[in-house]
Amino acid sequence: MSAVIDTAPTFDCRVAFAEELIALAEQDPRIVAVCNDSVGSSNLVGFREKFPDRLINVGIAEQDMVGVGAGLALSGYVPFVCGAAPFLTGRALEQIKADVAYSQAPVVLCGMSPGMAYGELGPTHHSIEDLAWLRAVAGLGIVVPADPLQTREAVRWAASAATPVFLRVGRFKVPAVSSGFSFGKAEELRSGDGIALVATGSMVSRAVQAAEVLAGEGIAARVLNMATIAPLDEAAVVRAVHQTRGIVTVEEATITGGLGAAVGEINLRQARPVPMRMLGSPREFAPTGDTAFLLEHFGLTAEGIAAAGRELA
Amino acid sequence: MLVADPNGVAGWRRFREELSAADDPGKAHLLAAQAARLRAADIRMINRAGLGHVGGDMSVLDILTTLVFGVLQIDPEQPEAPDRDRLILSKGHSAGALYATLAAAGFFPESELETFAQPLSALNGHPNRVKVPGVETNTGPLGHGLPVAVGMAVAGVLAASDRKVFVVLGDGELQEGSNWEAAMAAGHRKLANLTAIVDRNRLQQGARTEDTVTLEPLADKWTAFGWRVVELDGHDHLALLDAFTQPRDERPTCVIARTVKGKGISFMEDRVEWHHKVPSGEQVTTALQELEEVQA
Repeated sequence: MSAVIDTAPTFDCRVAFAEELIALAEQDPRIVAVCNDSVGSSNLVGFREKFPDRLINVGIAEQDMVGVGAGLALSGYVPFVCGAAPFLTGRALEQIKADVAYSQAPVVLCGMSPGMAYGELGPTHHSIEDLAWLRAVAGLGIVVPADPLQTREAVRWAASAATPVFLRVGRFKVPAVSSGFSFGKAEELRSGDGIALVATGSMVSRAVQAAEVLAGEGIAARVLNMATIAPLDEAAVVRAVHQTRGIVTVEEATITGGLGAAVGEINLRQARPVPMRMLGSPREFAPTGDTAFLLEHFGLTAEGIAAAGRELA
Repeated sequence: MLVADPNGVAGWRRFREELSAADDPGKAHLLAAQAARLRAADIRMINRAGLGHVGGDMSVLDILTTLVFGVLQIDPEQPEAPDRDRLILSKGHSAGALYATLAAAGFFPESELETFAQPLSALNGHPNRVKVPGVETNTGPLGHGLPVAVGMAVAGVLAASDRKVFVVLGDGELQEGSNWEAAMAAGHRKLANLTAIVDRNRLQQGARTEDTVTLEPLADKWTAFGWRVVELDGHDHLALLDAFTQPRDERPTCVIARTVKGKGISFMEDRVEWHHKVPSGEQVTTALQELEEVQA
């Protein structure tokens, strides 16, 4: 594995999220934050200090939170609606569908601490279903930044996008890996025509590490950072299908319906689809353990990704 | 997106002027006649479409008529003016009643009502703000309107605007917990610019509300959540006008409007089966005759 990345500093993306949100709010009075008593866990303490009137804490009430966000958006404000990802998406899914997506209310839904970031708190607090649920909702962008820079740029993009979007803001610490965010575009972090590793969010740096392991074995792995899950960068997937022998997808989410499924749908439409391996949670509630343990448990490590890549190479 | 009908808007403006010049009996007569016209338009729509929610449409139409033709500070030719008053129909299954009302106010041509529920019509079985001017948010699943209204009321406060937000709720709909999340937040924030109107017809799809899940004591519930409560006859236009135009309290206001499902059509009134039954040709004729008498 790469010594460079192993020793690199790692970051909680909520910090970049909050810093960028405050910087934008200083410029744009339309920006408000709405939360479900998650001022601390959504890292909104600094925002509240600067803009007390623009932080709307609706209490522990996710359905109301999303509806209130829609009402603000339809009144010209740019609401960042923040809550732990499992409760925001699970509790308020119908509000996300009807009040935000179907009503075309430009709300930025911020799913904090997604995936298995809450480790030992268990599957009630894990958000591994969110990508699958939300990918089924028409008109909703889904953005999963890989590191602080992408988080920052995604926040900036979302503030002016005027479109409904779900932004997955990671708590599990990740190294810097990206050089920027472009909505709807895959970022090719490493070129290679042997196999393709398509990863999102916390898994991107691990895919890069896996590619380095595979390079040592003579396997040229392309690495795509898929920071936008919907709409997916179809052209990048089609190129991977045409130019490589197989695709590994990696996500801190269930493999039933998220990134892997999205890539697979495109792969299957090609004249000559390539074999795939889909890494993630195999539709299984996690056992007890911290996040690092659980990621290893489900094979979501550089070695686990490399092993899947070898099968296709 | 449908566009405003200048003739319809002109008619609405004339009505508003006439109403504001009229004495109380005159106001009551004008609004009753207008509501009867809208009931007739709605019955025709439902008959053509072969679907709709006629019972709840009839119970809510005096509320919608009073708001759109007597209260709301709106301009149907500028449906997105930032400081307009907002009207949300949370009981979105009464889309037919809303469409008839908006069309009569000129938000879009009344001829469009003929397309209700037809393939590719802007007039879906539940209202869509993206396609129908005057619709503020897409409703249909119950328990959605009040939270969105709270967001709009918060926006009005942030913008230091005088605009008001009105949201019409079904009574059965109050069994959805999301309403009480929003009621609690609105009471806490003292959203004096917010008025929720409960169309208290005491019937839900399959039975009486109180035989399904008890809502009473309903006024006490809203009071306990920090709201001012006004109880009135939801078919008394003067009472509705008075309640909707009272000076602001320091709390949000809940108007519990005692209504009759199927109001105005003798064979439908207070009968549970008319939740979404479609009247036959003969029944339509009878209904339109009864409504004609009110308009005279």
